[in-house]
Amino acid sequence: MIPALSVEDLTVKYRNGPGPVTAVREVSLEIQPGEVHGLVGESGSGKTTLALAVMRHLPEQAVITSGSIRVDGQELIGLSPERLRPIWGSQIAMVPQDPLSALNPTLRIGKQLSERFEALSRSDARDKAIELLEMVQIADPARVARSYPHQISGGMQQRVMIAMALSAEPKLLILDEPTTGLDSTTEAVVLDLIRELMRARQTATLYVSHSLGVIAQFADRLTVLYASELVEHGSKMDLFENPLHPYTCGLLDSVPRLGENKREIQLRSIEGRIPSLEDLPSACVFAPRCPVVIDICQETRPALEGAGATRQVRCYRWEETRAGEIDPRQPPAPPPLERPTIAETALQIENLEVRYDQPRSLAEWLRRSPRQSVRAVDNVRLTIRKGETLGLVGESGSGKTSLAQAVVGLVDSAEGRVELFGAELPTQIKHRDRETLSRLQMVMQNPDEALNPYLTVGQSLSRPLALLRGIHSEEEVRRLLEGVRLPPEYADRYPAQLSAGEKQRVAIARAFAAMPGLVLLDEPVSSLDVSVQASILNLLNRLQTEHGTSLLLISHDISVVGYMSETVGVLYLGQLMELAPSENLFDPPYHPYTEALLSAIPLLDPKATQERVRLRGGIPSSLEPPSGCPFHTRCPRFIGDICIEQTPPWQEDKTGKRIFCHIPVSDLRREQGQVFAMRKRE
Amino acid sequence: MPRYVLRRLGFLLLTLLLTSSIIFAITQVLPGDVARVILGREAGEAALNSLREELGLNDPLPVQYLRWLGNFVQGDWGESFSTRTEVRPLVQQRLGNSLMLAAVTLGIAVPVGIALGVIAGLNENTWVDSVVNVSALSVVGLPEFVTGILLIEIFAFRLGFFPANSSIRPGTNFVEALPMLILPALTASLVLLGYISRMTRVGVIGEISKPYVRTARLKGLSRWSVTYRHVLRNALMPTITVIAISFGWLISGLIVVENVYNYPGLGRLMLFAIDRRDLPLLQAVAMLAVLAFAFANLAADLFYAYLNPKIRLQ
Amino acid sequence: MTKESTTAGVTPARVWRPFTVLTRLFGRPASAAGTSIVLIFLLMALIGPWIAPYGVNEQIPSETRQAPSPDHWFGTDHLGRDVFSRVLFGARDILLLAGLGTFLAVLAGTAIGLLSGYRGGTFDEALMRVFDSLLAIPALLLALLLLGVVGPARNALLIVIVFVYTPIVARVARSVVLSVKSKGFVQAARMRGESETWIIFREILPSAFPTLTVEGALRFSYAIFLIAALGFLGIGVQPPNPNWGLMVAEAREHVFQTPWALWMPALAISVLVIGVNLMADGLRRVLRVPGA
Repeated sequence: MIPALSVEDLTVKYRNGPGPVTAVREVSLEIQPGEVHGLVGESGSGKTTLALAVMRHLPEQAVITSGSIRVDGQELIGLSPERLRPIWGSQIAMVPQDPLSALNPTLRIGKQLSERFEALSRSDARDKAIELLEMVQIADPARVARSYPHQISGGMQQRVMIAMALSAEPKLLILDEPTTGLDSTTEAVVLDLIRELMRARQTATLYVSHSLGVIAQFADRLTVLYASELVEHGSKMDLFENPLHPYTCGLLDSVPRLGENKREIQLRSIEGRIPSLEDLPSACVFAPRCPVVIDICQETRPALEGAGATRQVRCYRWEETRAGEIDPRQPPAPPPLERPTIAETALQIENLEVRYDQPRSLAEWLRRSPRQSVRAVDNVRLTIRKGETLGLVGESGSGKTSLAQAVVGLVDSAEGRVELFGAELPTQIKHRDRETLSRLQMVMQNPDEALNPYLTVGQSLSRPLALLRGIHSEEEVRRLLEGVRLPPEYADRYPAQLSAGEKQRVAIARAFAAMPGLVLLDEPVSSLDVSVQASILNLLNRLQTEHGTSLLLISHDISVVGYMSETVGVLYLGQLMELAPSENLFDPPYHPYTEALLSAIPLLDPKATQERVRLRGGIPSSLEPPSGCPFHTRCPRFIGDICIEQTPPWQEDKTGKRIFCHIPVSDLRREQGQVFAMRKRE
Repeated sequence: MPRYVLRRLGFLLLTLLLTSSIIFAITQVLPGDVARVILGREAGEAALNSLREELGLNDPLPVQYLRWLGNFVQGDWGESFSTRTEVRPLVQQRLGNSLMLAAVTLGIAVPVGIALGVIAGLNENTWVDSVVNVSALSVVGLPEFVTGILLIEIFAFRLGFFPANSSIRPGTNFVEALPMLILPALTASLVLLGYISRMTRVGVIGEISKPYVRTARLKGLSRWSVTYRHVLRNALMPTITVIAISFGWLISGLIVVENVYNYPGLGRLMLFAIDRRDLPLLQAVAMLAVLAFAFANLAADLFYAYLNPKIRLQ
Repeated sequence: MTKESTTAGVTPARVWRPFTVLTRLFGRPASAAGTSIVLIFLLMALIGPWIAPYGVNEQIPSETRQAPSPDHWFGTDHLGRDVFSRVLFGARDILLLAGLGTFLAVLAGTAIGLLSGYRGGTFDEALMRVFDSLLAIPALLLALLLLGVVGPARNALLIVIVFVYTPIVARVARSVVLSVKSKGFVQAARMRGESETWIIFREILPSAFPTLTVEGALRFSYAIFLIAALGFLGIGVQPPNPNWGLMVAEAREHVFQTPWALWMPALAISVLVIGVNLMADGLRRVLRVPGA
């Protein structure tokens, strides 16, 4: 059988900068018809470059210096753009990461879907577009065909892209992180669709992703890339069950799995940083971070060796690993201290409400009509005890960031009562005194924007020391750096010289510089690479243990929140839906929304089982939130008018779990099974 | 869209209200005693007082402003200090001349500027691009009075193609005036040309690198369809705003160009008014220029909104 | 997360060093030419009065209407004044006026834009409306209005430049503030109780530097343009001032007898403005400020 895709010894170099830089080094892979091939890697691994090279659509500065790419037997290297054009139209298609930017903003969806069929008449083209939209299960295809991209939701946009790609009936489909920008409940629906379509059409697929969970659910075989190099390749089961390359092991160990908690399992982070392509290690690219490195690893580049009929590893010691003679895993982090039994309250939030006023038009202003406002946070009550972590999980628009910003005093219009260690907090930051400021700090979402690019790390760290603790010493700055495991010479560096993970460490050091009693963490790891995430989570746990700090952790990732926290709150449209001790979070009864969330996460275990609970439609606009229960428009367990008309009650079950729902807890428990089941790791 | 149009109209009114008050403040308040400006240094106190009374200069400023604005809106633009005649007919005829010149200038600058910008943008980082870019930068740097004199030297004195003096008689129609319009229009268009082509180039380059262009290419569409239907359609939208902005340049440019060529438009009239300290005439000319600029901006906004589905379908 | 990082990040703080910026400007032919022109004119302005062979208004009745020669490099005009000397003096005149005007406008505009943008609120809105209205009056028109009413005076020209360009700079500065204000490092500064002054000038201003530098260079070129155009129209300056625009206008009446008296100042202004434009374009590339 002719493989749908066969890549041999492909090398891609970038010419920008002083010298050529290798982005993909001698990579080979093969995809049979009907097979889904996962391509996993972190930033700088070369996975996107590889995908674009396969499409023969690399940016201008990139050159393929050697190798061969054959799609359905036809060699693509050496083809002129004119010869490639018909191949793009029929043999290969791609679904990119960000659907909104991949659609032309000024053309109607229908037109964009049908323009490839130039021979069709106007009405045939319209029918074709509608047919394609029906194929991707869009409920109202005629309306969507008439819409412009910005008028439809992100999930819908991505379906359109999928329809567009499949309309070519390609021999090879490339999916480049197709669900990365979507909320998890939407992601689940889109992933279901992709799975169904691929099963029905048997199209060979190259699925590029940084998410091991998605790959575990989708791929038949997979290839792991690290720093331009193919490090391991094999069937999904082999790689997930018995990884042979230390990097693969490290990747699998560094992600918290759904249902795990820090008190049971310690994450093993891969120490060190991903090398930049400019100075890759000359021999084994993973050697500087490898726990089982030996001399030869730093001297000669290991060859890609066959480890069975369909399996290859680029490591000198894979046989020892397979025989169990060495353990290629990273060392685990030390476990956190025992949970204090009775502790004082660190933070108490009562009836917190955050509104954002919409700008008024001139006419409205003249008429003195009241401002419209968005209620970002509504009626939230929370308590965090000293030394504990409270996690908040929510999708976009859930108000999780607004909540944090209100607590630290960065929003103008917050109402309700917030108490920090027993003292009431003034709403706005300018009314808070030094001492209050020093007890409450926050780590922002985006590490790239967290540090002033024009100040050195040392300068950034010395300001809070000087202002909030009156310390003016470089010694203390070095101590702070050491606390987040960064070498002291980093004090003289500028943020642009740091990797994203290192920036986040500095941001964490800055927050802890004031010795705060409570630190708010807004998506502290969501923009970081998988292997870096674990080290940041471990760092936070260690700092918490050392300083007895309370943490409020906010994330869209329920696995991370469940892993880190003692208590977990689930937010939807600015309101809490559920507040559960983390040990009970993953067991029924669940709030119907939590149930859907848990069902939406792609599990990291290929053998895991999971119920399928899917939500209809998108998240309603917070300008016009639904009446009654805010979740009623999408709730799969909707029970009738009561959900529309009345605010649900808070119900508490035996384990201390609190659920904001009209359905009695006993009924929920009876009707709900365990949403997912996964083997525990040791 | 209707809401958007209303909002834009509201903005226009607000802008006009503010700009007119600025013009009023500059011309009526800044000179100090307007009565003395009119009557000269030797005038007696009694004459000054009666004139102040007649012109309403003793009223509070807001009252004076509102009266002035009200009169202006109703078409009563006052009497010229220097010619002692109604300002409006004087200005109206000059306005026609200036609009004629502006139309020819835009007729040259807009299509050529866009074409050059598109060519440069589609050939980014090639010699074509560098040539267009550096010449555009250079042309922007040539003051109108320099290019004007240079063009006169070449096309009027050396080659004799066009007249050096464009002082058309009142009532000349467009066709008759055209030969006299070419050189001034060419002069005024050079700066605009440079600006429009550079902005268009940036628009095209910015658009080409967007992901949806890749989508279009990977659909297997021809190079022509990708460029024409996808890139240009979006890249040229901001050019509308650019042209509206360049209208402000055009007004500045015309003031100079009309004086280089002795062309009887508003620009020359304005200098005349300044020379004679003829405040009503100055006010009228300034108000007309600002009105023209504001309406050009409004037209551009509306056209842009019409082309952009994100605004049109609000 | 999938973006491949192929180039090492350039530290903005490092780019922003005058010497580095200058070296990089000389990296491309166009911006190197522009920067050289500007530097030569600056030198001319600095040492012009000492190297000028004649006085600025020195009339030599016996040597009127002389063509360029070793004695008079740019010839003499109808009054027997040495054109080269006048162009030299004119350089000092226009660079000083345009430079000072731009500097003050950038200073005032930056301060207003930063403060207004950072504080926000109704005051900010109202101020921006007023600025927008000022921007709705074309620059030359506004300048003519002001000068026409105030009358010719040296300081009037300076004030006009500052008045015309401050709102534009303020708008630019404000747009930078708005994009930086919500970033993590500004919020962190607020959370540690930094004063407003510190936040505006230490945390935000550096991010605005590249944009303001480019904007300053552009304003400088427009200011030269404006002063010359006003001089040509005879507004704001009076003979025998060596304003290049005024020199062109004066020489126009004698263009057939003394064309050099017209073309030399015309050339000087064109070369200077083109030079500044090329340099501004180069700065934009070096400092990575988006736009055209």
